Amino acid sequence: MKLTLSWLKEHLDTGASVETVAETLTKVGLEVEAVEDQAKVLAPYTIAYVVSAEQHPNADRLRVCMVDTGAGEPVQVVCGAPNARTGMKSVFSPPGTFIPGKGITLGVGTIRGVESRGMLCSAMELGLGEDHDGIIDLPADAPVGVAYAEWAHLDDPVIDFAVTPNRPDALGVHGVARDLAAANLGRFIDKPVAAVPGAFPCPTRVRLDFAADDARLCPAFALRLVRGVKNGPSPEWMQRRLKAIGLRPINALVDITNYMTFDQNRPLHVFDLAKVKGDLVVRRARDGEEVLALDGRTYRLDAGMVVITDDNGVESIAGVMGGEHSGCDENTTDVLIESALWDPLNIATTGRKLGVNTDARYRFERGVDPAFCLPGLEMATRMVLDLCGGEASGIELAGEIPASDKLIDFPYAEVERLTGLDLPVPEMKVILRELGFWVSGSDRYVKVAVPSWRPDVEGKADIVEEIVRIAGLDRVLSTPFPREEAIVAKPVLTLIQKRTRTAKRALAARGMVEAVTWSFIGKAEAERFGGGQPELALANPIAAELSDMRPSLLPGLLKASQRNADRGFTDTALFEVGQVFRGDKPEDQKIAASGVRRGLARAEAVGRHWTGAKAADLFDAKADAMAVLETLGVPTGGLQVVAGGPAWFHPGRSGTLQFGPKMVVGWFGELHPRALEALDVKGPAVGFELILDMLPPPKAKPTKVKPKLTLSDFQPIARDFAFVVDRSVAAGDLVKAAQAAERQLVSAVDVFDVYEGPGVPDGKKSVAIAVTLQPTEKTLTDVEIEAVANKIVAEAQKKTGATLR
Amino acid sequence: MSDLSALESEIAAAVAQAGDEAALEVVRVGALGKKGSVSDLLKTLGSMSSDERKEKGPLINGLRDRVTGLLAERRTALKDAALDARLAAERVDVTLPSPESALGRGRVHPISQVIDELTTIFGDMGFAVAEGPDIEADFLNFTALNFPVGHPAREMHDTFFFNPDANGERKLLRTHTSPVQVRTMMSQKPPIRVIIPGRTYRCDSDQTHTPMFHQVEGLVIDKGSHMGHLKWILEEFCRSFFEVDNVKMRFRPSFFPFTEPSAEVDIQCSRKGGEIRFGEGDDWLEILGCGMVHPNVIRNCGLDPDEYQGFAWGMGIDRIAMLKYGMPDLRAFFDADVRWLSHYGFRPLDMPSLTAGLSV
Repeated sequence: MKLTLSWLKEHLDTGASVETVAETLTKVGLEVEAVEDQAKVLAPYTIAYVVSAEQHPNADRLRVCMVDTGAGEPVQVVCGAPNARTGMKSVFSPPGTFIPGKGITLGVGTIRGVESRGMLCSAMELGLGEDHDGIIDLPADAPVGVAYAEWAHLDDPVIDFAVTPNRPDALGVHGVARDLAAANLGRFIDKPVAAVPGAFPCPTRVRLDFAADDARLCPAFALRLVRGVKNGPSPEWMQRRLKAIGLRPINALVDITNYMTFDQNRPLHVFDLAKVKGDLVVRRARDGEEVLALDGRTYRLDAGMVVITDDNGVESIAGVMGGEHSGCDENTTDVLIESALWDPLNIATTGRKLGVNTDARYRFERGVDPAFCLPGLEMATRMVLDLCGGEASGIELAGEIPASDKLIDFPYAEVERLTGLDLPVPEMKVILRELGFWVSGSDRYVKVAVPSWRPDVEGKADIVEEIVRIAGLDRVLSTPFPREEAIVAKPVLTLIQKRTRTAKRALAARGMVEAVTWSFIGKAEAERFGGGQPELALANPIAAELSDMRPSLLPGLLKASQRNADRGFTDTALFEVGQVFRGDKPEDQKIAASGVRRGLARAEAVGRHWTGAKAADLFDAKADAMAVLETLGVPTGGLQVVAGGPAWFHPGRSGTLQFGPKMVVGWFGELHPRALEALDVKGPAVGFELILDMLPPPKAKPTKVKPKLTLSDFQPIARDFAFVVDRSVAAGDLVKAAQAAERQLVSAVDVFDVYEGPGVPDGKKSVAIAVTLQPTEKTLTDVEIEAVANKIVAEAQKKTGATLR
Repeated sequence: MSDLSALESEIAAAVAQAGDEAALEVVRVGALGKKGSVSDLLKTLGSMSSDERKEKGPLINGLRDRVTGLLAERRTALKDAALDARLAAERVDVTLPSPESALGRGRVHPISQVIDELTTIFGDMGFAVAEGPDIEADFLNFTALNFPVGHPAREMHDTFFFNPDANGERKLLRTHTSPVQVRTMMSQKPPIRVIIPGRTYRCDSDQTHTPMFHQVEGLVIDKGSHMGHLKWILEEFCRSFFEVDNVKMRFRPSFFPFTEPSAEVDIQCSRKGGEIRFGEGDDWLEILGCGMVHPNVIRNCGLDPDEYQGFAWGMGIDRIAMLKYGMPDLRAFFDADVRWLSHYGFRPLDMPSLTAGLSV
């Protein structure tokens, strides 16, 4: 919304500067976005008289002018404009002036040997347009010495401010003035609207053609005729204001409607009676009906929209835009003025469907003052009569003006309760009255009647806001808000929150880089990674590749790693910890931690290195997953690593991490080439995914005491075993067998070599393990050690068919 | 006794000539071994008369001691020389690079870092962290938050919707974290103090908007908290988050469906050469919206707005990250470009803390 200072002063008696007005607007909730003040920018520019213009002695194209600036002796100015001539009036700027059109500050200069003490200016130099054919040529009666901006009526500052959707009343200058007056900026000028008596009945009748439950679509429609008008250009002052706020003057009748829209937040429409056939019927549009609107476009309507029709058909889209056919032009002599009320929601929907945003729609969808429907029509009629002459009919009113009878019980203490601000009751009362609220009742507890132009005010909290925004939010004092208890802050994070943030740090500590990728991915990708359910598909995705909620973080990470590879960064280790979706219920949303390594990006080193280089393989992914589990303190004693994983992993190079078949917590492995191909990712790549919500919680313990540490006095003994087993035997099973052989003694089993090749039969492999025995009672004798070794061999044989190599 | 001094000179010469420890050992055996020259002399002491022993004993013993000393000295010298020679031979090129450490390479995304910072600050003020699902019911995202029917935000144009289910219910991707306010109020008895960080979504994609972004909001519900408290919390937060001693803030009346009274908050700043600095300058920058929770919202959550009251505020996590750390473009947050992540991301152990400071 824009207004000019002089326009505002029609409604507000104030001596406030434009700066103070702007500051106050922001303070009361009408945030100023820009102030354009030509008078300030152009202050040094005055009207001057060119006493003489002589040829410059040293330059053909220059003239030496003696200029009467109205301040003493004429000054000498060198001027290059072709139109500079003796006896003309133009605009002068003295040295030291900033020239907006050139972005420079003028100095005293010597041009080709002749001193120049100022400049005669073109419109472009003043920043007022494109015209730089010559200096501004003013009429002979322009007063010398007067500020040019003032004389040219460029001294009316324009303020552009934002109006929140709850404040339709501030979409008219009148309403803005009311706010400013309440904020002590001046006296609100609120003249009663005088009715214009009708000389004859309105010849055009209006019928509201709605079903009973549709009546809200048009509560009231008022119409009157002014006949015998002369529709020419509107007066200078009106055109200047309309132009200043960015509107194009058209003709007096149309300009009046626009003026009323911005002055009073009362959109109107004018029909040329000569083009209207029969009476007006206001009704729902018929599906497929069309109208050529004032913007020159044809709109196809539907039954959700309301139209104003006559015997010709649709003449206007109610509350949104008039029709081209019945519009007013210079030849109009009889004008029908419409002032109506529309359903805000219906106007909003219609405007959105048609893709039209007019000043009328903007106001009707926010809410115009119903009580001003008829006064607005009177005011517009008066303007038409004043500017275009003619004779007004009586008012034809269809429907009725709804009563505004909102009453709120309001204890003044509510202000302090909600804001902490203790204001004197009289001040609060004055604010409400200045804003147009009626206040009655005893001192502390009052009844407040809400003015018809404030559809947003519904309850006590709204009244509090009215009082506080006018009194000033800056008067609300910062009040310390300490913790409720405990001198030292207590921890606040839940288990999953702690695990989420620790997992991120753990993976970063493994040299991985955290990505945040979209929560939605393409349908085919979602399906490929276990998702794609219909309830997880967006009805209105922003792009086809962002259509379905992700079932896994892996597709996003894999595509990200490919994008990096495309940029030349082939060795990447990316991770993400974030939400994945298994259904559309809250409990179907899980937190996953996933990582993807590609190329030579291992935790130990990245890229080619003089010590050697190795591609990241599934064991790096497994190590990443294990690092998360270990960092989170998840006990891994019961963790099972089962060969194979979901379909998007390599069937022979992937594993499932679980605490039992029903407690699967994640997967790791090399990605399946087909899955990579579907994502358009060049492999190989390895990755893992853990579902953090599935991880077992730590055991609840009464104290923080750690379990007792018992250290053996006896040295541990290490024994190595090389077993030959079938190729299909899992090393994990061999390790388990060794552990099981003598649980009291075996403290660790490590696989230190796996070998296939010469010396080992086909289909077999050699697995070497180091078993650590930790005696606790006494030093073991050779015989005892031998007995344990035999047990281990026997157990390995029994569980895995292993033989000692 | 010139025999003795001749022998000593002879041994000393041999010691000096011994080029390594093995050669020195030969000299030692030759002098002090069982049949060594000095040992032989020592043996003669036993058959001497006491007078003779008195005279020769000290001489022979002295010789033995000096020879022993010479040998030890030479042995040390040879050992040192041998070690020096070995070390000289073991010289490597120390300018060869060692692998870059994982801790040096790894990065945490700025969004995660800022969420940790927020949690640190508000955790100290006694706020818990509440969370909720991204896929929300229309009721929780709009209706309960006092969005009127027909509000533009409820259109497909602005909000991501799912297809209606069998019951005709149409879920959506939450457009703000505010539904978690409702969830919290419905499931928890006041007093309530929570912050709610999370992912939010709107159908928007251009230079400054992405279809997915992050918000954090705060909610306080009890029987006495008012706008003065809200102001204090936000001032303390901004000072602490932006790590400046003073911030000047401006509260402007504004409008949100779910708060009344509502305000927008600007923070004073300077803009020099494209860099924004807080706590100085005379420009204002809008950073958040806030207000007292609307009585309708409190009522919709099953509480009595005449008994309970409180406030809420909300801001963009991505946005405050950009303001604090200077990333120029929001879209890059979600592009996973390792160059961007390495540059703007945080090292794994850069854990924000109140004692050590939020950022390094």
